[in-house]
Amino acid sequence: MHTDLSASGHPLGDTVAAFAWLILLLPLLGFVANGLLSLTAAAQPGPADPSAGHGHGDAHHGDAHAHDAHDTGHDHHPARHPAAKWVSLIGPGVLAAAFGLALATFLAMRGAGDAMHAPFVLTLFDWIPTGALQIPVALQLDPLSMVMVLIITGIGTLIHLFSVGYMQDDPGYPRYFAYLNLFVFFMLLLVLGASYPLMFIGWEGVGLCSYLLIGFWFTEEANANAGKKAFIVNRIGDFGFLVAMFLLFANLGTLSYTGVAAGAAGFEMGGALVTTICLFLFLGATGKSAQMPLYVWLPDAMAGPTPVSALIHAATMVTAGVYMIARSATLFSMAPAAQLTVAVVGALTAVFAATIGLKQWDIKKVLAYSTVSQLGYMFVGVGVGAYTAGVFHLMTHAFFKALLFLGSGSVIYAMHQAYHATHAHADAQDMRNMGGLRRFMPITSTLMWIATLAIGGIPPFSGFFSKDEILAAVFARTHHSTLAEATWLGLPGSVVLYAVYALGLAAALMTAVYMTRMMLYTFHGPNRTGTAEQGHLREAPWIMTGPLVVLGVLSAVGGFLNLPALVGGGMSEILHHWLEPVVGEGTLRVTLGEAAHLSHATEYALIGTAVAIAVGGIALAWTRLKPAELVPAAESPAEQGIERTLLNKWYVDEAYDRTVVQPTLGVSRTVLWKGLDAGIIDGLFVNGAGFLARGLGWLGSQLQTGRIGTYAWVLVLGAVSVLAGFSFR
Amino acid sequence: MLAESLALSAVLFTIGVVGVLTRRNAIILFMCVELMLNAVNLSFVALSKLYGATGQVFVIFVMTVAAAEAAVGLAIIIAIFRHRQTVHLDDINLLKG
Repeated sequence: MHTDLSASGHPLGDTVAAFAWLILLLPLLGFVANGLLSLTAAAQPGPADPSAGHGHGDAHHGDAHAHDAHDTGHDHHPARHPAAKWVSLIGPGVLAAAFGLALATFLAMRGAGDAMHAPFVLTLFDWIPTGALQIPVALQLDPLSMVMVLIITGIGTLIHLFSVGYMQDDPGYPRYFAYLNLFVFFMLLLVLGASYPLMFIGWEGVGLCSYLLIGFWFTEEANANAGKKAFIVNRIGDFGFLVAMFLLFANLGTLSYTGVAAGAAGFEMGGALVTTICLFLFLGATGKSAQMPLYVWLPDAMAGPTPVSALIHAATMVTAGVYMIARSATLFSMAPAAQLTVAVVGALTAVFAATIGLKQWDIKKVLAYSTVSQLGYMFVGVGVGAYTAGVFHLMTHAFFKALLFLGSGSVIYAMHQAYHATHAHADAQDMRNMGGLRRFMPITSTLMWIATLAIGGIPPFSGFFSKDEILAAVFARTHHSTLAEATWLGLPGSVVLYAVYALGLAAALMTAVYMTRMMLYTFHGPNRTGTAEQGHLREAPWIMTGPLVVLGVLSAVGGFLNLPALVGGGMSEILHHWLEPVVGEGTLRVTLGEAAHLSHATEYALIGTAVAIAVGGIALAWTRLKPAELVPAAESPAEQGIERTLLNKWYVDEAYDRTVVQPTLGVSRTVLWKGLDAGIIDGLFVNGAGFLARGLGWLGSQLQTGRIGTYAWVLVLGAVSVLAGFSFR
Repeated sequence: MLAESLALSAVLFTIGVVGVLTRRNAIILFMCVELMLNAVNLSFVALSKLYGATGQVFVIFVMTVAAAEAAVGLAIIIAIFRHRQTVHLDDINLLKG
């Protein structure tokens, strides 16, 4: 591996950053090691058989949707994998090492100071050297990718540690860690690649791992279907990403970030071409980051193990779309119409998903819709050109949502253990079966409250600062920005932005309500598990609560990484300054060359509004919801009216089924299968060719009469005609 | 002299061809083929007067081949006769499509 091509010349080339490829290689090695362990053991019959165990869980869940059937069956003891000890060491170990290396690289980058205005591109080897298309495998280290790498490896390490506690009794334990390590490898490739095709490789790779992990317990059909759904819905988005890349290459002749950023300035400001490219890129982002209309796969993705939901479907992979747009900041800043589309779609998704989150009973479904909603917020941020705010919210969201998911995993784990001990059959994820868990799991309860306050937007927790920054940015853009001057579907940009701001506030209110509701029903009020189970409810082991504590601290203080100038004093806007070299130019173009400015009075008013809404939402939920009146899921009456509509997710899945899935299946069956495949290809081409040959053969065979006289005549006539041909030429 | 020889050759050849086309007895057919070969031999010899001895050399070749062919052909006809008790070609028509 020669690392000295373009590394030389950059001050980072002489530091640990020259070994950045090791950050990628470590999880890959972990994948290989764990994968081999899983293969060797799979050859043995018995405990390692993945079909042994799961399946008990869902038969008695009335709900048709997939559940996190965590335990390995009911009446037999879980079969721990023979290689579990090694896996517990390798899986989190490679991640911790990668995080250490990332930290060292980060320190080196800080030391480099102003030199980081140019990205450090580490060319490893040639990949596609064909004519005008020259794509080397190169890593790009700059402030943006550094932030992402730290989030992925840091949070990834915590979630890997949690997984050790959560998954070690599963027969597929090595397979689980193999997939998880492979995921981290692809995710790092996604953020570290120095060109769009490399990002695309990572993009597809994380999609594959997501599929594998959603369907980790594939012996249940619902889980396997959820995996397929995620994969297929993502293909629609990937089509957009591919078309955007084709357009970029056709018009700029390059696909590297540096090349595209340089070429983007040559586009016509707001022109049709750059708008099209950005919209196609955004289509890719809606798939991966679960935005409308392609968000439907993410709630179903909760069929995977809970740590997977935390790592892939909350903290890292689903934020890839936000990263992609922040990475294409220069491009998007040239296309205000596309930016407004991003912001509007983000805002609509934020509100829409939040309404569904209001009425879900499955604790993971609440968090899933919350994730969709918060991703919408991030898109609002990057949509209005506040790339730092979007990435900031990405980071704080990674902290508190990973905490919430792991906390819910801890709760589900405790519920399963209790049901397991008493041989009860009930849904361990339905909040109606929980209640009062605060008394049994005080650490989890406290930490999840911190995360709830963070996501709700209560100062000084992290979510408050990031959410406030996004909303403030939207408000600031309504005047004196390219967005305000642009039109979107005939509407003036400033009107659109005011609407986005209002939607953002509405989503913030609902976020506070549904999160408080979840906490109330889970941890407060009377316990509804049943008296026998209460004796078995207890806090998860330290390997699971430990990561929770770390994430709790991060959720609480993460906001200090980018304090607004208003309150931060000397340590304000750290992240903003850090990301300046990557996204600064794009942001400045949106704000017409001046730093966005709001008067102090306006800023205080915005903060006041945001806090009032958050507090109001929590108070509303706290006073209006009565956990004491809940009854366990099995005895609950069916919802009516709007509640039922919300519980059924606005019937979007049903609508998609009628309008897209069934017509597609119908067309596939009648036209493509029976018409095209069976009719034309099988009938006309395959059988037709055979029939034609046979027919021609039969015709030819009729010339062979077996009578020598005939042959003699043909011979003579042939000879005569040849002679005649020569004579009368 | 040349013209007469070639005319005779043509006549002999035509008799051979017509014989092959009209007769159904294998032996007669065979003899007609020999007639055609010898008609060609005659024109070779006749033309060798103009073009040198090559034609005469060819006649020797043709006669050699014709002798070999006669041996094989007659052997086949005898074998067929032993098998089918006939050499009438309309009765020998099994090899067909």
